[in-house]
Amino acid sequence: MVRSSALQANALCVRLGHGRHQVEVLHDISLTLTRGRWTSIVGPNGAGKSTLLKCLAGLLPYTGEVQLLEQPLRQWSHRERARHLAWLGQNEVSADDLCVWDVVMLGRLPHQAWLAPASEADRVAVEQALKSTQAWAWRDRALGQLSGGERQRVLLARALAVEADVLLMDEPLANLDPPHQVDWLSLVRELVAHGKTVVSVLHEIGMALHADELVVMADGRVTHQGACSEASTHRALEAVFDHRIAVHSLQGQWVAIAQTDH
Amino acid sequence: MMPTRAVWMGLVGVWSALALAALGVCVGSTGFENLIGPLWSPASHPDQAAMAQQIVWEIRLPRTVGAWAAGALLGLAGAVAQGLFRNPLADPYLLGSASGASLGVAMALVALGGGAGMLGGVSMMNGGVAVGVFSSALWVRIGLTGAGFLGAVLAVLLTLMLSRGAGHTLRLLLSGVVVGVVLGAGTHLVLLFSPDSLQAMQAFMLGSTAFVGWTSATVMLIVWLACWLLAGLLARVLDGLSLGDSTAFSLGLAVTPMRAALVGVLALSTGTAVAQTGLIAFVGLAAPHLIRSLIKTTHAHLMMLSSLAGGVLLMGADILARGLIAPQELPVGVLTAVLGGGYLLWLMHRGQTQTGGAS
Repeated sequence: MVRSSALQANALCVRLGHGRHQVEVLHDISLTLTRGRWTSIVGPNGAGKSTLLKCLAGLLPYTGEVQLLEQPLRQWSHRERARHLAWLGQNEVSADDLCVWDVVMLGRLPHQAWLAPASEADRVAVEQALKSTQAWAWRDRALGQLSGGERQRVLLARALAVEADVLLMDEPLANLDPPHQVDWLSLVRELVAHGKTVVSVLHEIGMALHADELVVMADGRVTHQGACSEASTHRALEAVFDHRIAVHSLQGQWVAIAQTDH
Repeated sequence: MMPTRAVWMGLVGVWSALALAALGVCVGSTGFENLIGPLWSPASHPDQAAMAQQIVWEIRLPRTVGAWAAGALLGLAGAVAQGLFRNPLADPYLLGSASGASLGVAMALVALGGGAGMLGGVSMMNGGVAVGVFSSALWVRIGLTGAGFLGAVLAVLLTLMLSRGAGHTLRLLLSGVVVGVVLGAGTHLVLLFSPDSLQAMQAFMLGSTAFVGWTSATVMLIVWLACWLLAGLLARVLDGLSLGDSTAFSLGLAVTPMRAALVGVLALSTGTAVAQTGLIAFVGLAAPHLIRSLIKTTHAHLMMLSSLAGGVLLMGADILARGLIAPQELPVGVLTAVLGGGYLLWLMHRGQTQTGGAS
């Protein structure tokens, strides 16, 4: 079966900074992310993972081409793009004074006419999103009153409320405790089962190995792209981390184990 | 959520404004006197009714309405600034827009040539002769408002340019302070070259509602309505921006043009208030804080409530300014600075003890 692509990058280059201080941080990246799959982007610090994700979301100026659902990203109208592509960033300033319900309702903006009140469909989507991240109980509380992990679950619900086909998440597990990391895993599995595409940047290699596919990055380049179960993917992963980790199979799951020198 | 609570608070804002307005028309240089009675039933007090009507209609009511409108403009500007720059310390003054507006007004006065030799109060009584800072002629009011607006826009742009965007909070506030000080010095320099206007401008620099006539009050009310409508249209942008620029963009908001429109609202409301009443401090900072300490809500509600709160605060301060040391009068800007500063100190202290207890 030939699956169509959700996101595609061709000869993607990104330069950050101004004037003489401009540095190229992504070099000539070409990759295709298949629809209805979960892809994790992994690599050491400074490899350009978040930069790549931002580019795919249209958040950074780039040269080359990015295609969303097989149409050039630049040709999408703001609103249409927002309905098909949802974004969950890391360490963004957050609205301490908005209550949880209002924050998640912002995810419905792309579906609402300007100034129109929330429709029944909006309310259902918000309720569903809040319940799927176990944040429903705090719907009346201000975001500023929540802990880091609780806040992360609300922001995840905000991204889910968009009900977009493609969901990009930068470090979505930050501040989440192990049980909620597992919850996040089953949530992503469920999204993918419903035909959604999920792309996440993850530092937790063990969690990333649960994905369908891995994109391994180092120094602003993609060094490998392949299924998580493939041995070549494991070797590429070990290589970018200087063989300080080793991928093994344990009880039917792939795990990354630290390799100490001693 | 909780629209009902926001609606209740809005009603409280409206009713307290009406109650203060009734009190406001009764307080003057002789302290408190009941002028509502003679106005209500002129037949029973025929001798007082005519005088009461003149005092209330020509002096106290426009002044009271003007104080409300100026406060409402500043409260709205404060809420917009804090949302726009995602900074609870942003206010019309800290971003330099008020200093820019006052420089604009001062330069317009000097350019118009008349100076402000006559205190507006006098010229108002005489039907308005000179181009005074508190003159009641419509073209003067609109001209000064325009100058204030231009000055405010340029000052905010200058602040944003110096801080290289609104991304870095500390740099933004420091640039705002620098622009405020430099433009403030510029205003004094301009005034130095037109000594005639010094006396009137002194009241202006301290902030005063004493010379607000119907023209000023009407100009402020119309601008307030326009700014409030525009801000209401853009309220969701502020909500979106509070989740960060990237998220706002991912939600399909055209962040840059909408931010420019919001800077326009901020500058227009600040410029208009400053052009009519001078530099009245802290109302724009304290009003949104007051509302946020009472309710957590969206920017649409926050801006409306903060505007109502600003109106009530300045109206109350105006009455105190008239009544505290009657027959003398305090410049209302001095009073708001003392009261607003005290309130913010208390808020900071309370915030510190709260976080201290939590950690």
